[in-house]
Amino acid sequence: MRHHLVLRVVSKLLIPFIILYGLYVQFHGDFSPGGGFQAGVIVAAAIILYALIFGTERAKQVFKPQALMVLAPVGVMIFALVGYYAMAMGGAYLDYDWLAGDDTTGQHIGIITVEFGVGLTVTAVMTLIFLAYAGRTHEIDDDDW
Amino acid sequence: MSTLSAALPHLPILQVVVPLISAPICFLLQRAGLAWAFSTLVSWLAFATSVMLLRAVMADGTIHYEIGGWAAPWGIEYVIDAANAIVLVIVSGIGAAVSSYAPRSVLAEIPASQRGLYYTAYLLCLAGLLGVTITGDAFNVFVFLEITSLSSYVLVAAGAGLDRRALTAAYNYLVMGTVGATFFVIGVGLLYMVTGTLNIADLHERVPPLLDNRTVHVAFAFIVVGLGLKLALFPLHTWLPNAYTYAPSTGTAFLAATSTKVSVYVLLRFLFGVFAPTSGLMALTMDYVLLPLAVIGMMAATVAAIYQYNLKRLLAYSSVAQLGYMVLGFAYGSVDGLTAAVLHLFNHALMKGALFLALGCVMLRVGDVTMHGVRGLGRQMPWTMAAFVAGGLSLIGVPLTVGFISKWYLVGAALEDGRWWIAALILASSLLAVIYVWKVVEAAYLREPPAGRTVREAPLSMLVPTWILVLANIWFGVDAELTVSVARTAAMGLLGVAP
Amino acid sequence: MLELILAKYNYWIVIVLMMAGLYVVVARGNLVKKIIGLNVFQTSVFLLYISMGKVAGGTAPILTGKDEVFSNPIPHVLILTAIVVGIATTALGLALVVRIREAYSTIEEDEIDEAESLDMTADLAERRR
Repeated sequence: MRHHLVLRVVSKLLIPFIILYGLYVQFHGDFSPGGGFQAGVIVAAAIILYALIFGTERAKQVFKPQALMVLAPVGVMIFALVGYYAMAMGGAYLDYDWLAGDDTTGQHIGIITVEFGVGLTVTAVMTLIFLAYAGRTHEIDDDDW
Repeated sequence: MSTLSAALPHLPILQVVVPLISAPICFLLQRAGLAWAFSTLVSWLAFATSVMLLRAVMADGTIHYEIGGWAAPWGIEYVIDAANAIVLVIVSGIGAAVSSYAPRSVLAEIPASQRGLYYTAYLLCLAGLLGVTITGDAFNVFVFLEITSLSSYVLVAAGAGLDRRALTAAYNYLVMGTVGATFFVIGVGLLYMVTGTLNIADLHERVPPLLDNRTVHVAFAFIVVGLGLKLALFPLHTWLPNAYTYAPSTGTAFLAATSTKVSVYVLLRFLFGVFAPTSGLMALTMDYVLLPLAVIGMMAATVAAIYQYNLKRLLAYSSVAQLGYMVLGFAYGSVDGLTAAVLHLFNHALMKGALFLALGCVMLRVGDVTMHGVRGLGRQMPWTMAAFVAGGLSLIGVPLTVGFISKWYLVGAALEDGRWWIAALILASSLLAVIYVWKVVEAAYLREPPAGRTVREAPLSMLVPTWILVLANIWFGVDAELTVSVARTAAMGLLGVAP
Repeated sequence: MLELILAKYNYWIVIVLMMAGLYVVVARGNLVKKIIGLNVFQTSVFLLYISMGKVAGGTAPILTGKDEVFSNPIPHVLILTAIVVGIATTALGLALVVRIREAYSTIEEDEIDEAESLDMTADLAERRR
């Protein structure tokens, strides 16, 4: 994509804001609609946009598949550990009330942590799915259009 | 010891979450050996958990567990009674046996880069199956059903290293499975529309008064057809023979012994634990749709099995026939019929597990599981073929095996209802089963092995789990008191009859 | 009659999408098109759930202290899960299609069937030898 100047400039401008919006959705999940699923997909969309414009090879240098393959299971494990922690504190599995002194704070902490895990996994998995498919063919050149 | 006693009240959730969380850990382990050791450990832990749960249920009655501390019917609740406790035991027991058996077979059948992932998919499948069984929430059933299905598509596709047809088998399974699951979720949605609840116990209170409501009728139809696809009820079974034939031996053994059984259990739970039809359109469906389909499936699939050349495909068709027996059992709608269905669910898992594991041994040593491949194996692999014959006898229903116990109760339930013609058909189908088992026996014991083929007996690591399942076939065939009492408690619980 | 159709238009959309999706799954021989049909089919169910949770005049269920009419959030949350399941199914289905294409050099069902029946006769011929 040597020639697509407009696309490159515009996407370079947009990508930080997309990620910022993703983070907003992520960390507002305990107050308003939002959370890890949506945020993960938004952030992954930014990464995929980058890969589309600048090529999967460059995207892989920044977001290494090996690292993403570790992040995905780690996100799930964060989710599970919150559950076990609540259990160890004396509540039921995933009972956020037991995570802090009072119930409301506990719920906040629980939701934020769990959603963080979810967001991590979703971002990693969506990016990995894209890279897995895009990586199976060689790069499409401008001359192929 | 104190940690153990502290964990006791949490057993219901640990039953599902331990295998579920082990899957990502297994993924991180990468190395096939480590992944195998870990997944076997987890399977045995799950088995121990389920046995403890079964004992607790039989001693003190139904167990409830509220996830996240949210009270049912608002939160998701895990409910364990006799019916699902026994399904948990059989699923995790087969899981433990198959995963102990796995390493040599996986080494031979699956490319090196995929072995760690194969164990990951197996753990996910185990977690999904246990989740489907244990949960008391209708939508949660769907979620776990899809975890199970997605991982079993992967288990089937893993056979592509040996035969490319595994890919198309997995693809067809995916299409059929997804349509089935979507039908199921439509049905659950319609029920939620009418009742405003997803908790199965709560649905059981709210649905029966509405049995004449048309939305409930539609929901019933969607759920029965959706689960019928998942459990390979004749004529919705077309995905099953290919999937079982081309999956790796361990995958086939695990899926054949567990996944369709769990779908049978879910159908059982919805028919009797939610709709509980006593009259009207739905009761007619049981008599005039499920019952005939079960009988036709039982006969047609048995006949189809006789003509098979590939033994895995032969056993797959026999599975379709055996699923017919189970559906038949609960289509009667009586305590005896349900007892027979639950009993056969347990027993059939034992026989199919043993049979497919024996075929896995043949696959390892000969690399060919057709009538041609087993020629003369009776002398070259005596222990393997003896296990196969014992499993085959159980499939026919010879006394002193579990197959006999199931058929005894099935025929008894049919006669009790005065349906002597069904009893006659069950016997006829058993006689037809003699033919296909005999074909294998003839090839293995009476034919000469192909010239120049020298094979050794399968390794002990594979023979021991196979024979454990064979001995279980005989043990529960001789002393059926435990299984029958659990099945009867389960049936009475499902029908809401006081013991 | 027209009123019946208009008043329950969401269900009509659901039914049309559902049937269209199922038809594509059954009638098309191209494996990718089948997956797309499956997707449309699943989407119709998402719409069924989402439209069922909507309450006329209801807003998003965020407690503000004021007395408001809320839509039912539970079907929406359920469908979030079902969407994730749908994505996983699609991704896995397409991955299988990619592998099938590598193994058979085609993604048309009839050509695959042909190749498989060749496989089958090859199996048999090998044993007769």
